[in-house]
Amino acid sequence: MPNEAKIRVLVAKPGLDGHDRGAKVIARALRDAGMEVIYTGLRQTPEMIVNAAVQEDVNVIGLSILSGAHNAIVPRVMDLLKQHHVDDILVLVGGIIPDQDVDALKKIGVAAIFQPGTAMDSIVQFIRANVKPRGVPAAG
Amino acid sequence: MPENKPKPTVAESPISDVFEGRHPSPSEKEWAENTLAPTLDKAPEKPIGAASGVNLDEQGHARFTTISGVPVRRLYTQADLPEDWNYDRYLGYPGQPPFTRGIHASGYRGKLFTMRQFSGFASPEETNQRYKYLLEHGGGGLSVAFDLPTLMGYDSDHPASEGEVGKCGVAIDSLEDMEILFNGIDLEKTTTSMTINSPASVLWAMYLVVAEKQGADWKKISGTIQNDILKEYIAQKEYIYPPAPSMRLVIDTFEFGSKFTPRFNTISISGYHIREAGSTALQELAFTVYDGVEYVEWARSRGLDVDEFGPRLSFFFNAHNDFFEEIAKYRAARKIWYRLMKDRFHAKKERSWLLRFHSQTAGVSLPAQQPMNNIARVAIQALAAVLGGTQSLHCDGYDEALALPTEAAARIALRTQQIIGYESGVAQTIDPLGGSYFLENLTLQMEKGAFDYFSKLDAMGGMVKAIERGYPQKEIAEASYQFQRAAEANEKIIVGVNEFQIEEEPPHILYIDETVAKHQSAKLKALRARRSNEEVKRRLDALKKAAAGTPQASSNGNISQANTMPYIIDAVRAYATVGEICEALREVYGTYTEVSIT
Repeated sequence: MPNEAKIRVLVAKPGLDGHDRGAKVIARALRDAGMEVIYTGLRQTPEMIVNAAVQEDVNVIGLSILSGAHNAIVPRVMDLLKQHHVDDILVLVGGIIPDQDVDALKKIGVAAIFQPGTAMDSIVQFIRANVKPRGVPAAG
Repeated sequence: MPENKPKPTVAESPISDVFEGRHPSPSEKEWAENTLAPTLDKAPEKPIGAASGVNLDEQGHARFTTISGVPVRRLYTQADLPEDWNYDRYLGYPGQPPFTRGIHASGYRGKLFTMRQFSGFASPEETNQRYKYLLEHGGGGLSVAFDLPTLMGYDSDHPASEGEVGKCGVAIDSLEDMEILFNGIDLEKTTTSMTINSPASVLWAMYLVVAEKQGADWKKISGTIQNDILKEYIAQKEYIYPPAPSMRLVIDTFEFGSKFTPRFNTISISGYHIREAGSTALQELAFTVYDGVEYVEWARSRGLDVDEFGPRLSFFFNAHNDFFEEIAKYRAARKIWYRLMKDRFHAKKERSWLLRFHSQTAGVSLPAQQPMNNIARVAIQALAAVLGGTQSLHCDGYDEALALPTEAAARIALRTQQIIGYESGVAQTIDPLGGSYFLENLTLQMEKGAFDYFSKLDAMGGMVKAIERGYPQKEIAEASYQFQRAAEANEKIIVGVNEFQIEEEPPHILYIDETVAKHQSAKLKALRARRSNEEVKRRLDALKKAAAGTPQASSNGNISQANTMPYIIDAVRAYATVGEICEALREVYGTYTEVSIT
């Protein structure tokens, strides 16, 4: 990732849950760390999230899920990223994710899962260390 | 980071704070000069708990504040009270204005706080078992947690419900589920609180019909529906319709309730979620009480008499970590509400002046790390609520940050309440901390701060207008970010999180899988095959017609003709589902999307 290009992050809040404190605090922390942050707002479907990621040409998607719906939502996001040929986007999940679901989410391509108590700074560091340059943009 | 420590630049005496903005008595002056000053000289004060010593002000002095950032003095005396301070004017007696010390003349001696544990998960069948368990173990009332599809007005088999059914609470689709939920529980003898907002009138209608089928008298049943849509727009974000029609639905329940269910609280004006979203204690107090003002304004503009619905308004506050700040918040809330109801709205009945409240310990303060420590946090928070005179209480499970509580976590939470109520002795004496210089000073600061916020909100044209401008949302987002920043800079110690960490095994948690969704969908399919779908349609059409009308209180003592409650009850009786009723209202009112602020 060339230093001069800002890292672009889509912070997304899928599902029916409205608890957006975490998503907002993280969005602001990433912005303060010099990243370009787009926050989707509440109740985004996987389709809306992936479309926004493609249109905004982001390097990172951060999904905030606290309601327990991650096993329904995250696999659909990952599938859609593949279908759009943008599965080089770094996908992170934050929120209340039981330990027993962590491996399955990593297996389908989630780069990291940030459970309650994660420091904002460690998320910033993780993104900087793992973000990939975006390849040739998808057709159109 | 000692190398970053700003060099003390202060030249004046280290005891100057004793004299700034206050008039200490001669004896306090003498103490400050002859006892305090030499002590500070020998051992300067250090930030408490911040091992790395980073919480310093510009002069390099240790900074002491409440969790909300309000400066705290090392000692409070008479000099921290207003010069005209006197007992009768500022405190009064319990059960008498301004109710600083409580709303009951005999405190908890006549009636202990109700131990009301919030609970709901998976299917109504499973939650019914948990309710019976809680009641058998000494729980005094029920409190229903609904799942997200129910809170958002979707049936379990709606596409938007995928992955969410039964996860954050119990899934309720129709009257049938409500009958299962309260099976074997006598609704005339149990008080029930329901945390439901946008679809509150629908779930309340279901509760009323279950009660009716049990043979209970609506005039005798009691409980509370949360029904506080304003704090949904401000903090919790589970709204369906735009603000104006949502407010109209709320006022419909006020009007219906004051006529038909005189013992049911038709709203619980809630600061809990505002605080959980990251507000300060003062913001929680101010925004919540001002939400109350907004509801009263809307009800009055329908033509309702404040003394008709006023006694059925109840409140719900958070019980957070900062012990004295929380107690001050509850005491100030009672005083403020009395003043507003009496002076602003000219309520004449004493019942209308009383701020009655439920409280719940602060879920947001309970970390995932070393979760058993949360039992201690919850005990301290709950103690503050009791010392603040709460009418009912929920203690969180220690596993709050990880999942819904296991049975063991729920039992310890209830036991914590019992230990405070029965063992600690604090419930024997009314407002035992009243008269503490510190607490009285904090109470007055809270009161003043709240009225400052009220002036700003009045100038914006009320809470709905302020919400549309994003004002309370921005205030909360800023406070929330500042708190997180301070915690991560180790300015505030969170035991087990940024200090005193250990390697640990994850605890056993309650795990809810997708079988609940399948079970609920199968029940819905059978229900739709069994009931008269034509009758359901007829009743939903009648509801839509009422919903499109403009309700206006009549002078003949009847409720407004366009009040939606009777039509919702009719639809519920025909087994229309939560999703169908909310969809009918969506067709009339549309849905709301907020302008996101980050």
